[in-house]
Amino acid sequence: MSEHGSSPVIRTTRNAVAVELSGVHKWFGEFHALDGVDLKVMRGERVVVCGPSGSGKSTMIRCINGLEMHQRGKVVVDGVELTDNLKRIDEVRREVGMVFQSLNLFPHLTVLENCTLAPIWVRHMPRREAEALAMQYLARVYIPEQAAKYPGQLSGGQQQRVAIARALCMNPKIMLFDEPTSALDPEMVKEVLDTMVELAMDGMTMIVVSHEMGFARQVANRVVFMDFGQIVESAEPEEFFSHPKHERTKLFLSQILH
Amino acid sequence: MVNPNLDPRGYQPGGVPSRERRFRVTTWARANLFNSWLNAVLTLATLWLIWTVCWPLLKFLLIDAVWDGASRVDCLADRVGRDVGACWPFIGAKLPQLLYGFYPINEQWRVNLTAALGLGLLVPLLMPSLPYKTANAILFFGVYPVVGFVLLVGGMLGLEHVETRLWGGLLVTLVIAVTGIVGSLPLGILLALGRRSEMPAVRGVSIIFIEFWRGVPLITVLFFATYMLPLFLPAGWAINPLLRVMIGVMLFAAAYMAEVVRGGLQAIPRAQYEAAQALGLGYWRMMGLVILPQALKLVIPGIVNNFIGLFKDTTLVLIVAIFDLLGQLRAAFSDPNWAAPTTVATGFAFAGIIYFCFCFGMSRYALWMERRLNPADR
Repeated sequence: MSEHGSSPVIRTTRNAVAVELSGVHKWFGEFHALDGVDLKVMRGERVVVCGPSGSGKSTMIRCINGLEMHQRGKVVVDGVELTDNLKRIDEVRREVGMVFQSLNLFPHLTVLENCTLAPIWVRHMPRREAEALAMQYLARVYIPEQAAKYPGQLSGGQQQRVAIARALCMNPKIMLFDEPTSALDPEMVKEVLDTMVELAMDGMTMIVVSHEMGFARQVANRVVFMDFGQIVESAEPEEFFSHPKHERTKLFLSQILH
Repeated sequence: MVNPNLDPRGYQPGGVPSRERRFRVTTWARANLFNSWLNAVLTLATLWLIWTVCWPLLKFLLIDAVWDGASRVDCLADRVGRDVGACWPFIGAKLPQLLYGFYPINEQWRVNLTAALGLGLLVPLLMPSLPYKTANAILFFGVYPVVGFVLLVGGMLGLEHVETRLWGGLLVTLVIAVTGIVGSLPLGILLALGRRSEMPAVRGVSIIFIEFWRGVPLITVLFFATYMLPLFLPAGWAINPLLRVMIGVMLFAAAYMAEVVRGGLQAIPRAQYEAAQALGLGYWRMMGLVILPQALKLVIPGIVNNFIGLFKDTTLVLIVAIFDLLGQLRAAFSDPNWAAPTTVATGFAFAGIIYFCFCFGMSRYALWMERRLNPADR
């Protein structure tokens, strides 16, 4: 919390655990969405999660900030274990930023107000300071001139970049991305990915659910492949793409890489 | 040659509209109103309808109306020697009673002051361009009810106590309607949130409350509050009859409001809730800052519909012997001094105009606000 107003922090890779999931299970009724997931993400690490739809990728990262509650196993985020305790969930959410697939900026607020809402009401930052911080992050995603507009007046790609800026305004320690480019028109995918690459270069801890394999190759330390609620394979990108070990991984890669 | 004074729309400065312009009006009518046989017939039928409705109304309210007089005889056709329309002197004579009921004449300035204060605080609150909204809202919702209570009821600060059974007319109508409107919206919002709560106890209580109050007619509520409730209260307990009715109307309206607000809440996509949660906003901040502003904006038409219905429903207090505007009017009809053939129609026309002004005002303001709040239109 001492980082208010400072320029975007360059986080050094320390050998500390940012997120740890061990033996996590989750059911939706009969459907076994997560079937014993183990995942450890270090600070400054960038993990890309891929897999067929319904494989549990989204459910897994939604368990990291308590949007879904796991039913068995353990989720520890930045040293805090997620339980039913609402205070703890909010504590975790303050430190974890998230960007969603659907464009879900708050339509009744301007771009600037979208960005300052949480710093003012959750971090209790003075308005002036929050606005300065927001403008700084909007400049970083290259849309400071749109600050006074409403989300409905922006393109999809611009909205998604505002969503990234909005999350960054809380100075999160970890950023989660749930298919951030899937809902975008193809010509807007690049501008969002470029923003994410820059964020990665600054050393942000990132867990990204995405099928953008170019992005994975470029920035990921590790690519994780999920299927049927399990982590099937986890490897460095070079290894993952050139020598996938598992049959299901090979099949999946052949399908998405043509 | 081009005449430099001639504006292209055919308007000559300092002169009558040119022939060119009059020509345009008839072409417009021909193109839009009489462009086919069916349209011509419809146009004529509409004109006939407007004529048959509006002309008698105009004739009654203004042209044939009697404007001066001291008693019934001035409004009698035999006496005036022509057809007689509205008998306005009747309204003039009864106006204090219609506005204040039996509120003592020497104390009526207190009612006027309360109304002026209320208007003085409400109007700037409703105008978005004016500053100091927070202070204004605190004054109107926090301070004003206390000041208004002291002024109207009295019995302190050297003000004479005026019993509520003496209150009447527009005063009572507005007191019940304003407290009902101001009270039912927040209560309705809480009930709507309660009904969608994940806590079974909260949800259960909200559902029972809403369904109970929606299930009984307002008349039953008023009867119960006035005649049954005192029987259940321990001896020596008495709640002021007007207050009982005010609370009854407020709770009744809140149940309807809750369902309107719930409709708005259901229209907000789940992604909005999740985005707010992911930013670390707790339940109340998520609702207050993200969900409710959007949900309430969606249901402004429904909310105002409820307000207007509530405003008009206040006349039902007549059946529990509280004399609102309409009640006072009926009392005034029984005055033999003003028993003329047109007094009743005049009285109802007057009440109708007053109710229409309030309700139409609310409706137009809401429409204007709705447009203003729609960022896509800006």
